[in-house]
Amino acid sequence: MTDALLTLDGLTKAYPGVVANDAVSFAIQPGEVHALLGENGAGKSTLVKTIYGLVKPDAGKMFLHGAPFMPANPRAARAAGVAMVFQHFSLFDALTVAENVALGMDDPPGQGQLGARIREVSEAYGLPLDPDRIVGELSAGERQRVEIVRCLLQNPRLLIMDEPTSVLTPQEVDILFKTLRKLAAEGTSILYISHKLEEIRSLCEHATVLRLGQVVATCDPREKTARDLAEMMVGSALHVPEREGGETGDMLLEVKRLSLPAPGGFGTPLRDVSLSVLSGEILGIGGVAGNGQDELLAALSGERPAPSGSILLRQRDISRLRPNARRALGLLAAPEERLGHAAAPEMSLTENALLTGDVRERLSSRGFIRWGKAREFAARVIEAFDVRTPGPDTAAGALSGGNLQKFVIGREILQKPDVFVVNQPTWGVDASAAAAIRQALLDLAQTGAGVVVISQDLDELMEIADHFTALNEGRLAPIRPARGLTIEEIGLMMGGAHDMDVADEAAIAEVLA
Amino acid sequence: MDLGQIDPILLLASLMVAATPILLAATGEMVVEKSGVLNLGVEGMMITGAVVGFAVAVNSGSPAAGFVAAALAGAGLALLFGLITQVLKSNQVATGLGLTLFGLGLSSLIGKPYEGIKAPSLGKLDIPLLADIPVLGPILFRHDPMVYISLLIVLGVWAGLKYTRAGLVLRAVGENHTAAHALGYKVIRVRLAAILFGGAMAGMGGAYLSLVRVPTWVEGMTAGAGWIALAIVVFASWRAGRVLLGAYLFGGVSVLQLNLQAAGAAIPVEYLSMSPYLVTILVLVVISLRGKHGAPGSLGRVFHATT
Repeated sequence: MTDALLTLDGLTKAYPGVVANDAVSFAIQPGEVHALLGENGAGKSTLVKTIYGLVKPDAGKMFLHGAPFMPANPRAARAAGVAMVFQHFSLFDALTVAENVALGMDDPPGQGQLGARIREVSEAYGLPLDPDRIVGELSAGERQRVEIVRCLLQNPRLLIMDEPTSVLTPQEVDILFKTLRKLAAEGTSILYISHKLEEIRSLCEHATVLRLGQVVATCDPREKTARDLAEMMVGSALHVPEREGGETGDMLLEVKRLSLPAPGGFGTPLRDVSLSVLSGEILGIGGVAGNGQDELLAALSGERPAPSGSILLRQRDISRLRPNARRALGLLAAPEERLGHAAAPEMSLTENALLTGDVRERLSSRGFIRWGKAREFAARVIEAFDVRTPGPDTAAGALSGGNLQKFVIGREILQKPDVFVVNQPTWGVDASAAAAIRQALLDLAQTGAGVVVISQDLDELMEIADHFTALNEGRLAPIRPARGLTIEEIGLMMGGAHDMDVADEAAIAEVLA
Repeated sequence: MDLGQIDPILLLASLMVAATPILLAATGEMVVEKSGVLNLGVEGMMITGAVVGFAVAVNSGSPAAGFVAAALAGAGLALLFGLITQVLKSNQVATGLGLTLFGLGLSSLIGKPYEGIKAPSLGKLDIPLLADIPVLGPILFRHDPMVYISLLIVLGVWAGLKYTRAGLVLRAVGENHTAAHALGYKVIRVRLAAILFGGAMAGMGGAYLSLVRVPTWVEGMTAGAGWIALAIVVFASWRAGRVLLGAYLFGGVSVLQLNLQAAGAAIPVEYLSMSPYLVTILVLVVISLRGKHGAPGSLGRVFHATT
């Protein structure tokens, strides 16, 4: 531990009912890009929060440059040279870029001087930013730049990045990686957390794998395959969804030149969206968050009525129909937000099953609920989709994210939809549950249903989709067969690197060279 | 009706006096809401400040001591609210409503012996030279010191929120308490400080009613002033300048309708009495129709530290 930057020795942290970290030990060398791998709930977040001073461990020690290190709060961690970019942005929407940066610093310079520093640093690292913009108006990629620049202004020795690429286009990921490699070359260590194994293989020199709070493996990710890494995380052979390239048939869903104004101040308008889904087909729709995904789902599900003639189900105009009428005709949908949109957190699984299953499963008659039937339907979903819960009377909010997601998807699939629209089917779900959900979607298409999968996980879309398109600022790129698409083509469909043209990229390459 | 009875200079001069209680309470509540807390107990804190300030001023003979005591009383009630909502995590709306009812009851209990007494005068602060300017002098520069103190406080709150580090942290806590916590700011502590400030301001606003505006103690004398202060904060889109505008508008219409009543206007008294509330809210609604409203992102939400 003499020349390591940060050494963790036997860190243990228990919460009621679960040991989040169990005697975790590893070391990070100066200038190293170190990956921290693990499924949801493996203890990665608790571990980095400990390093950043947000969580106090029950036992164990940390050493920074050989000296004992136990930050009492994030301020102490920052003072010691540890900076963190959070998974869920820790930004303040109503404040300006400069104010957001100032909040992350302990001794910020005056506002004018800070603005100049932000421009200077952000341009030096190829992450252009205007200090006077309001953060709420920025794209996801730009918001992340704010977080990174906030860290860089403090000249950190260790930069912790928690799932930084989940909201970026491939081109933006490239720029981020160039920045990170430049930082590492300058001697900054980076602790990098991600689910995306290919990214880790291309970026990191060293990986520590956590499972159920324990370090189960360390390796050089460049020498492993993504599958090896996944199996280390899961601890067993990973079931990869199988697709049998089924037949596609009749036209089921058709959207013709659908335009809808943005709902509320921060939404995205839909612009001239056209698509079609055949029986047995899975259409994958990629795109960076906030480019119209929620709005498209709302238009298809019937939450927002669309202009007449723009949405057809089996040649029948359903544009003006409300969700229950569309359900009756066979169009079901599962929105992204599990708690509060797809499910009511305080209500039981039975009640939640009733909310969307009423029409097709006839769970009520003459206005009265048939509780027995509703309970039985919820139990079937739990059984068929391996939802880990004490029973159908459990509140939806008490389930873990992955289990609730399985329930939400299963609830719709068991109603045998003709067309199923789903947004972010595996967001925040661990690898084995995600594989099960993808398999279920493939199986559904196999039975002749049409499936629309909106997702920000490109690997997922490439794995299951027959056709691919992407949303960019409410517009849909031309639909193309998924097979044979290159990552560059996909990136361009998603809108490329936002506000950065080719000349700029060349300039950045020069700066980074 | 004889409109000639209404002296426009006197009217404008009393506008500032009529607006000051609401201005103080609304500025305090704006700071509280900027930190992400909704305290509906303004009315209760105001009337408690009114009675405590009156009692202390009568007993000590010093209106200044009365204002200090009123601020402490308001802050004390606010501390109760802060402990219940921030430490014990209770619902802010229910607790605030309870605080108002509690304050109304407490004030009539304390105030019983003081009914029918006149408050010691705070005196006017005739600013030399400026006070002698014709028209503007009597309107602007012949008031008691609290009128000017309240304006200085509004200016201080505006500049403090906009230009200081403490103001930035306060806004950050109100905007996104989870993120502020993740960056290492003490959400609960910042909010408690804001709640105490809001309570002290409401208390002083109440004392201004009982010591200067009326100036005597009458049970229930705030008569909804705390509620209008709350409404002004919302319709002023949480901006100090607009809070000032709203409060002065309310004060102005209040004084005008009193004058109209005195002049025997042919409008039923009930309509005149409701006019300040209606006009203030209408004007601020029209202003806030344009542009962003900017309610603090975490307003009214209970903060649970997730560590």
